[in-house]
Amino acid sequence: MRWPKKQVFVIFMCLGIIGCVTVPKGFLKPSDDYLAKRQLQMRQYATTNEEQIMVSVAGVLQDLGFTLGDSETKLGLVSASKKADATNKSQVFAAILFGGLGNNPDLVQQCDKSQVIKAAVIIKPSLDGKKIVVRVTFQRIVWNMAGQINRVETIKDPLMYQKFYDTLSKAIFLEAQQI
Amino acid sequence: MKKSRNYYRIILFLFLIVTLSGCATPAANALRANESQVKLRSIQTRAFDTTDKKKMMQTVISTMQDLDFVIDKADFLLGSVTGSKFLGQAVVTMSVTVRPRGEKQLLVRANAQYGVSSVEDPGTYQDFFTALEKSIFLTAQQVD
Repeated sequence: MRWPKKQVFVIFMCLGIIGCVTVPKGFLKPSDDYLAKRQLQMRQYATTNEEQIMVSVAGVLQDLGFTLGDSETKLGLVSASKKADATNKSQVFAAILFGGLGNNPDLVQQCDKSQVIKAAVIIKPSLDGKKIVVRVTFQRIVWNMAGQINRVETIKDPLMYQKFYDTLSKAIFLEAQQI
Repeated sequence: MKKSRNYYRIILFLFLIVTLSGCATPAANALRANESQVKLRSIQTRAFDTTDKKKMMQTVISTMQDLDFVIDKADFLLGSVTGSKFLGQAVVTMSVTVRPRGEKQLLVRANAQYGVSSVEDPGTYQDFFTALEKSIFLTAQQVD
């Protein structure tokens, strides 16, 4: 029997391309900008009252519309999540325009619709034990109008972190004054 | 005519290979690890010369945060920390446990999952422990 080389080659190529999903390497290596990330996500407060800061953090998360999730007070962890609208008017407009032009009215279904934002806050004493260090990280999952996940990402917008710490500073002040 | 029959036979044969081998079947896979248990443990575990469980757990948390993980759960009694991060469209989840080993050491074990497959590459875990070592060193040297 003569072996039809070309066809066999094509079939093997297909198998190779389909394959099973492989796990990439090196994703547990810190990126080069991790110190910059720390600066963005961390703040120090000149107090040793860990409990007060933790209570303030929980209050701030509520102020920002988050629902508190898991927490472990012995380690200073508070996590929370929030559902929010993710509609971007210009994106919807563009989708309607190009969808109409390209005769593809379903394109608007691909637009962002809603999102869940997850936050984790860690409160711990600083190295010299004289201050409290707070670190927050945010993630979000965005769904489109068809109910599929559009994208998942870590939030790196400095404004978001700024807003969190502004609110926290205010809350710590308010709580210190018993308001 | 005969030639085309040969093609069909080959295609059928290959199709059988694909369907019969395929990717792993779900039910049988629930309690299976690809690597041997002992080897997997040694890949995922390191010992540290400290007994301060709280500090170690907080260092684990901050290392995971350096690696873009958002911490989902933690339990001091069990010594467990669980977090997740996004890598493109895939979700990486990792849980780390800290427990005492003898009188003078703590044992740290990490295991990670990438999407639906568990991570068994030694290098990946080595990266994590290197970062963890560095964080503890940083802590000792008061750099952060």
